[in-house]
Amino acid sequence: MGGIVLLALLVGAGLFAPLLATVDPSAVAPIKRLRPPDADFWFGTDPLGRDLYSRVLYGARVSLFVGFMVALLSTAIGLLIGLLAGFNRAADAVLMRVMDGLMSIPPILLAIALMALTRASMGNVILAITIAEVPRVTRLVRSVVLVLKDQPFVDAARAAGSRGWQIVVRHILPNCLAPLIVQATYIGASAIIIEAILSFLGAGMPPNVPSWGNVIAEGRTLFQVAPYIVIVPGIFLSLTVLAINLIGDGLRDALDPRLARRL
Amino acid sequence: MILEVENLQTHFFTRDGVLRAVDGVSYSVGQGETLAVVGESGCGKSVSALSILRLVPQPGRIVGGGVWFEKRNLLQASEAEMRRLRGNHVSMIFQEPMTSLNPVLTIGRQIAEAVALHERASWGKAMARAAEMLRLVHIAEPEARLRMYPHQLSGGMRQRVMIAMALACRPKVLIADEPTTALDVTIQAQILELIQELKEKLGTAVILITHDLGVVAETAQRVVVLYAGRKVEEAAVGELFANPRHPYTRGLMAAIPRLNQEGRLAEIPGYVQIQAAGCSFAPRCPRASDRCRAEAPPLEEVAQGHSVACWNHA
Repeated sequence: MGGIVLLALLVGAGLFAPLLATVDPSAVAPIKRLRPPDADFWFGTDPLGRDLYSRVLYGARVSLFVGFMVALLSTAIGLLIGLLAGFNRAADAVLMRVMDGLMSIPPILLAIALMALTRASMGNVILAITIAEVPRVTRLVRSVVLVLKDQPFVDAARAAGSRGWQIVVRHILPNCLAPLIVQATYIGASAIIIEAILSFLGAGMPPNVPSWGNVIAEGRTLFQVAPYIVIVPGIFLSLTVLAINLIGDGLRDALDPRLARRL
Repeated sequence: MILEVENLQTHFFTRDGVLRAVDGVSYSVGQGETLAVVGESGCGKSVSALSILRLVPQPGRIVGGGVWFEKRNLLQASEAEMRRLRGNHVSMIFQEPMTSLNPVLTIGRQIAEAVALHERASWGKAMARAAEMLRLVHIAEPEARLRMYPHQLSGGMRQRVMIAMALACRPKVLIADEPTTALDVTIQAQILELIQELKEKLGTAVILITHDLGVVAETAQRVVVLYAGRKVEEAAVGELFANPRHPYTRGLMAAIPRLNQEGRLAEIPGYVQIQAAGCSFAPRCPRASDRCRAEAPPLEEVAQGHSVACWNHA
């Protein structure tokens, strides 16, 4: 429950950023630079005099959008590949070796490498992180399918005259859904962290986008003078990931059919 | 005879060679009749049943024989025809009521699925049929149960649901593969009674696969005894219990525990081993002779409707 409230607040902050923000997050004001938090600038200002509060709000937009899109895309792609691998032995041999290959590279490194091939943009960041996360989903779906397809109820469905694809849609897919949704939340959380890392390293969002990673990167050199530039977006990043993980844990318990009807 | 299995051969092509799980088995069942197929684990009971529906798991293959359903050989039917037949004309109840139901779908959906699939009925109609089926298998408050998930039901209830599912399209043949093995004795009796009752009500032919001779005596009209993929004896149920001829059948009868029995339970020594030559039961048989080890005995009629495959039968 705590997770849902927290995430709802953060999503609200991101959605209504234009209304909640006090000034344009990119407005440069050299005269007001490096102000510590006060009544006018709630979280202070950065070296270019941009309002940190507004930048953090807009940053929530970026992070949550990336997290959501990566969770959605990688789950969808991973589900398709996983089903295919689970049902077709030949496809399994090829696909799973590719997935093993992708998994042998740390996801952050893989995302950096992919970003190095293209130019910095939100679409490319989402794509790069998605590619890095797909193998996790594929492995999960495949393992669920391998267990399920030998279950007596699948034989029973076949004995009742169902076609192959009907069995997949009606019997296999609903059984994959619970672990998949839980996995999707964890992927969303991990995507937000990876996005921040990529941006922090300068391999992520273009520098003009106020993502949390970018804000932290800009504040890094001035940490001793103006620590709040790093700390504030850092806290927001942690809270977001915490909220999503709490929701994931809650879903995991709630979606277990044996524990159903509790939430 | 509505369903005839004729000289069926289903072999498994494993890495260690060919396993003849079913090797020339024939049996048939008529409308409203219950045929019991008996034998110990691994004798080919379930495989012969799965062969009827052409659902033999890998690496098994049906290599010979015929399965005749209403004068049509199912082994030559197309896959689409088989799909129309499965669950519609010939349906099957599986051994494990605990795992034969999909845990994430309500039982109503699972019963209605077969109806919607085969009769192109609307979902509402299919659900109404599902409720009717639940009432037929004596489940109280069927409308409420339709919305339940399998884990909310007891084992006996789940087996009833399985039966409701199998009978939802009013099949002509019902194959019940050890329908009571996973249940305790009182529930077992209820389920057998239920199958009996529904058979009479709907005129279904039942093939009852079991290793429990008590179940056979109670429900079947005719019995086929399988051993190591071959039919060793077939008779009407009364005749078989009164006059078992094959040493294996006699061994099975002797192994039934009796209430007043003292000391060790009787057993048949050894385990099922398919022999390359001769009778497969010979290594365990008290009556085995040299001829048994050299030459497989053919099935012979020893009395009206009673046949035995044994050189030295009683």
